[in-house]
Amino acid sequence: MSANTLTRPTETLESLPTRRKSKFFGIDKRPGWLTYTLLGVFFLSSAYPLWWSFVMGSRTNAAFGSTWPPLLPGGNFWKNVGEVFDTVPFWLALGNSVLISGIITVSVITFSTLAGYAFAKLKFKGRDGLMVFVIATMAIPTQLGIIPLFMVMRTLGWTGEIGAVIIPTLVTAFGVFFMRQYLVDVIPDELIEAARMDGANMISTFWHVAVPAARPAMAILGLFTFMTAWTDFLWPLIVLNAGNPTLQTALSQLQSARYVDYSIVLAGAIMATIPLLLLFIVAGKQLISGIMQGAVKG
Amino acid sequence: MTSTLNRPPVESSSSGPSRTPHKAPVSMKHRLSALDVKASPYLYIAPFFILFAIVGLFPLVYTFFVSLYDWHTLEGQGQFVGLSNFTAVLADHFFWNSLFNTVSIFLLSTIPQLLVAVVIAAVLDQNLRAKTFWRMSILLPYVVTPVAVAMIFSNVFGENYGLINNILESFGIDGVGWQNDTLPSHIAIATMVNWRWTGYNALILLAAMQSVPRDIHESAALDGAGATRRFFSITLPSIRPTMIFVIITATIGGLQIFTEPRLFDPVTAGGSQRQFQTTVLYLWEMAFFRQNFGKASAIAWLLFLLIVIFGLINFLLSRSIATAEGRGAKARSQRRLLKLRQREAQESMRARPAASVLAETVPVPGPTEPTEPNAEGSTR
Repeated sequence: MSANTLTRPTETLESLPTRRKSKFFGIDKRPGWLTYTLLGVFFLSSAYPLWWSFVMGSRTNAAFGSTWPPLLPGGNFWKNVGEVFDTVPFWLALGNSVLISGIITVSVITFSTLAGYAFAKLKFKGRDGLMVFVIATMAIPTQLGIIPLFMVMRTLGWTGEIGAVIIPTLVTAFGVFFMRQYLVDVIPDELIEAARMDGANMISTFWHVAVPAARPAMAILGLFTFMTAWTDFLWPLIVLNAGNPTLQTALSQLQSARYVDYSIVLAGAIMATIPLLLLFIVAGKQLISGIMQGAVKG
Repeated sequence: MTSTLNRPPVESSSSGPSRTPHKAPVSMKHRLSALDVKASPYLYIAPFFILFAIVGLFPLVYTFFVSLYDWHTLEGQGQFVGLSNFTAVLADHFFWNSLFNTVSIFLLSTIPQLLVAVVIAAVLDQNLRAKTFWRMSILLPYVVTPVAVAMIFSNVFGENYGLINNILESFGIDGVGWQNDTLPSHIAIATMVNWRWTGYNALILLAAMQSVPRDIHESAALDGAGATRRFFSITLPSIRPTMIFVIITATIGGLQIFTEPRLFDPVTAGGSQRQFQTTVLYLWEMAFFRQNFGKASAIAWLLFLLIVIFGLINFLLSRSIATAEGRGAKARSQRRLLKLRQREAQESMRARPAASVLAETVPVPGPTEPTEPNAEGSTR
């Protein structure tokens, strides 16, 4: 071995990890066409059923007879939507759904933030025991209490009123748990103490320290609560009637009509999807980060 | 409480009697403040607990009370019958049929959904272009409400003129009895659930995958583990706790499935032969069509017990797997890091003779600064 080979290879070895990384790691390199093909397949299976519904909803019942599905919409969409409006009280149902989901969302956010803040940052007797209770109740399917709830609503004469849909979901155990998990890390104890030193009472400490810090979590909780309230079907179906429906129960009337025109049913499904689709376009990023944060936190 | 102690005694002249002599005299204002500190937490949690007791807990307990009576929807409370509603339900062929359908649909939706969600998450867990677009595209079905999903897929799976049967028939294959046959109807309903929830669960699993430290991946790659190998021996074990979470959530939701079978055939309550009648659908039929609140309440309680048992089994099962695997994965990754350090040390010692061999195969680049193997790319 000459002196030359002794020095140069040392340099080679030292630079080796970098070389091997680029060759074998593949961790941060741009993925190839196979990945994008798969993503394209996922995208199609997500989007195609919706597109197909729109295409069929814009044609007539006759389109269902063709063996290969048409790819482009026909000209009947607005006519079919008109039929939807004639069959069910669409605008009333939309208004009801907005009102119900809106009130439930505000209520869940308010009470969950209050209770979550207390559990996260205040000291009081029985705190840990009560928190365990909250976590345990998260797993209880409260849906199964629909029979007594219905009996109560009937006794009070509230069946058919949207109040009967709102009241059972004014609070959720999940909301309290979610806010507690968020606030416990995000507010430093010193900040609360400083506010108290400045003479702020408890509620103004809550208002000026906790609420501003909780805002991002409130937005995510609100988004999910709104979605859940909006999609709820079983309870509104039981407690409301055909004359005063939510969007979901109104839609189901289309499906249950004695003479079913499928293009009208699908036009209705598309019309009912548009509000959440708009929400998704506006707040889709927050929805995604909410789901992903919830996973890591919960 | 510290704040009241630290505050300067401004109003000491008007102070009232104090119980603790070593403390500064406490004014009326201070006592109010102490009360504020003591009572506020309870005031903040009270709305939740009071409302939850009324709308969550009371109905569940009262369901049990109703289940002990002969209770007709219109006639109201009747005879006390003890547990005979429960024995009647347990002897009811339709109840067991509904349980079978529920569990079958639950399995057909949970297992494929989880498998596909893992694949989607793994594909998304790369350095993608237009990341947000792809993530949004898989979440798209989540914003379609279950009622709309049921309406859309009832037409996709229609027996006459449905999308799938049309395509099958164009290939000369007989159409499938998506509504009349038991298994196909379960597949159709499971597909509705899967379509809506797979992307959602994939995002949860993606979050778990991204929280795996990059060092572990890099050191494994340095050991020569390819992407596939790394996926099975690093990624999968690490996301197991999240999988438990997803499975348990899917269990609680899946055993209560109602909307999809209700709307798949809106004329009947779960098919002409009850071939896809789930338990909640049977409960609904019992309470609001057959008007038997007593028996319906018994069904509700039995279903509740079933959900709790399923949840517990899932939890215990997956926890034991997770802790065993978790320990394994942790040990493995620590071994791997240790090995890495050792090899670094060895290589620097052996550098000269080993390098001379390598020098023949590896083209020699210009002189470079020595680099730590896992200093780069460990942050993402």
